[in-house]
Amino acid sequence: MNLSRQSLAALRMLAVLTVLLGVVYPAAVWGIGRVAFADQASGSLVRRDGTVVGSSLLGQAFTGADTFHGRPSTSDDAGGTSGGSNLAASDPAQRRALAQRRATLERAGDVPPSGVAAPDALTASASGLDPDISPAYALAQVPRVARATGIGESALRTLVRRHTTGRTLGFLGEPRVDVLELNLALALDRARG
Amino acid sequence: MSDAAAGLLTIGVVVALLAITHVPLGNWMARVFTDETDWRVERTVYRAVGVDPRNEQTWRSYAASVLAFSGVSLVVLFLLIVLQKHLPLAQGTDGMGLTTAVNTAISFVTNTNWQSYAGEVGTGPLVQTVGLAVQNFVSAAVGLAVAIVVIRGVSRRSATTLGNFWVDLVRGVTRILLPISLVAAVLLVAGGVIQNLASPETIAGLAGHDQVIRGGLVASQEAIKELGTNGGGYFNANSAHPFENPNPVTNLVEILLMLVVPFALPRTFGVMVGDRRQGWTLLGFAATLWAAGVALVTWAEVHAAVAATGSMEGKEVRFGVWGSALFGATSTGTSTGAVNSMHESYSPLGGGVLLVNMALGEISPGGVGSGLYGIVVIAVLTVFLAGLMVGRTPEYLGKRIGRPEITMAALYAVVTPTLALAGAAAAVAYPTARESMLASGPHGLTEVLYAYTSAANNNGSAFAGLSADTPWFNLTLGAGMLLGRFLPMLLVLALAGRLAAQSRRPVTAGTMPTHTPLFLGLLVGVAIIVAGLTYFPAIALGPIAEALS
Repeated sequence: MNLSRQSLAALRMLAVLTVLLGVVYPAAVWGIGRVAFADQASGSLVRRDGTVVGSSLLGQAFTGADTFHGRPSTSDDAGGTSGGSNLAASDPAQRRALAQRRATLERAGDVPPSGVAAPDALTASASGLDPDISPAYALAQVPRVARATGIGESALRTLVRRHTTGRTLGFLGEPRVDVLELNLALALDRARG
Repeated sequence: MSDAAAGLLTIGVVVALLAITHVPLGNWMARVFTDETDWRVERTVYRAVGVDPRNEQTWRSYAASVLAFSGVSLVVLFLLIVLQKHLPLAQGTDGMGLTTAVNTAISFVTNTNWQSYAGEVGTGPLVQTVGLAVQNFVSAAVGLAVAIVVIRGVSRRSATTLGNFWVDLVRGVTRILLPISLVAAVLLVAGGVIQNLASPETIAGLAGHDQVIRGGLVASQEAIKELGTNGGGYFNANSAHPFENPNPVTNLVEILLMLVVPFALPRTFGVMVGDRRQGWTLLGFAATLWAAGVALVTWAEVHAAVAATGSMEGKEVRFGVWGSALFGATSTGTSTGAVNSMHESYSPLGGGVLLVNMALGEISPGGVGSGLYGIVVIAVLTVFLAGLMVGRTPEYLGKRIGRPEITMAALYAVVTPTLALAGAAAAVAYPTARESMLASGPHGLTEVLYAYTSAANNNGSAFAGLSADTPWFNLTLGAGMLLGRFLPMLLVLALAGRLAAQSRRPVTAGTMPTHTPLFLGLLVGVAIIVAGLTYFPAIALGPIAEALS
């Protein structure tokens, strides 16, 4: 076969494979997703009174004193784009960012009495949309949230524990708290008074 | 359970699952590429395309088919990208500039998946699904086909032909990549990876801040992105994005997908050459390098976690340090280049090991297909060096490694480092390119070195602080990817042609056995020395200097 005939065969082959791999295959996965895993396939959306208020997989910006805060995000959790800071520890910009985040935590009163802030509170996530914080960071925020909402600290600690996901099967991943779900539960508690 | 115990158990589960899968999958792949009969759907494809599946090709004809198919893919993908604004399902994407489109088309056709655009901004669902995801399948199948030809070169005797490219391509898709992807994609959807056609929707969040929630056919693409060792993210944050990799279970699935085919191919090699011990040796070699990479990256990141940041800059809480390091070492060792954490924010040594993982030439265990033929080249170099030391005619599995054979293997070993180092040197010398660097000093050099090493070795991961979407980087990295893919491929195809033409020399008392632990040790030594000698000066100025300062 000479090159032009090879190229024609290649073009036809690409067309056939595109139909199989670019149309039939994704459509099949889409169909199975719709039938069997509709919630996950559409983005694990969280609704409140019927309106979508977010996805349990995507971190949101919370800044009020009466809510639990998520991790620093280079995109303010806006969702339009995603990514991290890409700063190395040796970078002066990173040292400045750390000092600034530390100061913010201190102002809010989110540094525990030990003086050691949770690492995830000081660092920007990889996606800029990390939905989770460590249980340590969540618990460090309890006194502030208690003051702002008037809910007792022990009730809030119970709430945090209820929304803590352990390692899957006891060893996969890290223990974590989904901030949106925690704040939703908190809002529900407050609405009930 | 402590972090270390949980992390070690996770690694143990990965190893155990690969130990279970590599034999049946390796045997299956050997059957796929030696089977005399075609499936009905395959016959339909051959008829539609107009190729004769029983027509055996010489290495030259096979190489021409590889180049024709890849060339056509390149042109079609480029056109699809630049025309996407005028096609349906664009969903308001900005599209790409011309040099970005050239870079992206090369990147996905060469199985690199370097991305100088942000996934969610530069591409709509049509380009992602019909363009990029299709290349994720077929570029992996091309790599697999070439690896099979190399195996045939070793196993066939006095043969002039090495199989039929179109058959190998189609079977790699229909019998290996597509079935596994389908199962994996369904698992990923069940785990929370999205699969929908929704347009980006802006919602008011719980605290009133607006947030854009994106849609996409992500799960189907994610599965082949990892299985085909491609690595191109649907979103800019790649596998760190919760819609691509929502929890520790999907993280485990994605790590396994990257490793499953590369670690099964040594078995395929052993079965097809008729000596399974040879496959075990190559497997042992790849597993040693992978384990060393995982251990070193994990050690570096855990060690650096004593700082206030706990090594968590650029990492996600659900994966933690261990789950991120395991993913990073796997992704750079398999030529995938997907990231679930930002490599540029790793500690100097952690990031340095990721760089070395690519610099080894993607053989730990390497990409789908490309990993195996890279390992075979190391084996050829090793028997040659060992033969020189004891004064014997070097041979590998009964095939004499003479001057032409060793020339091809040596050129193979030289091509990618040359592209990587020359590219990085040129970029550092070129003022406009220097402006793209986020970091300065040794870390800045690592940033650029990482980019060219990633491109030349067809990995695709990045120290993403580099603003690589400039004509300089798009075109030079594009050239690196193109040459780094097809020059080595042509060299191993030519090598396979020469090996197949030989008869098999009988095993005598003078034959050096290539299935012993001693040979495995030699393989590891040669791989490290070859990469070490070429890259050490550059790495000393980058990550090592940074670690010491």
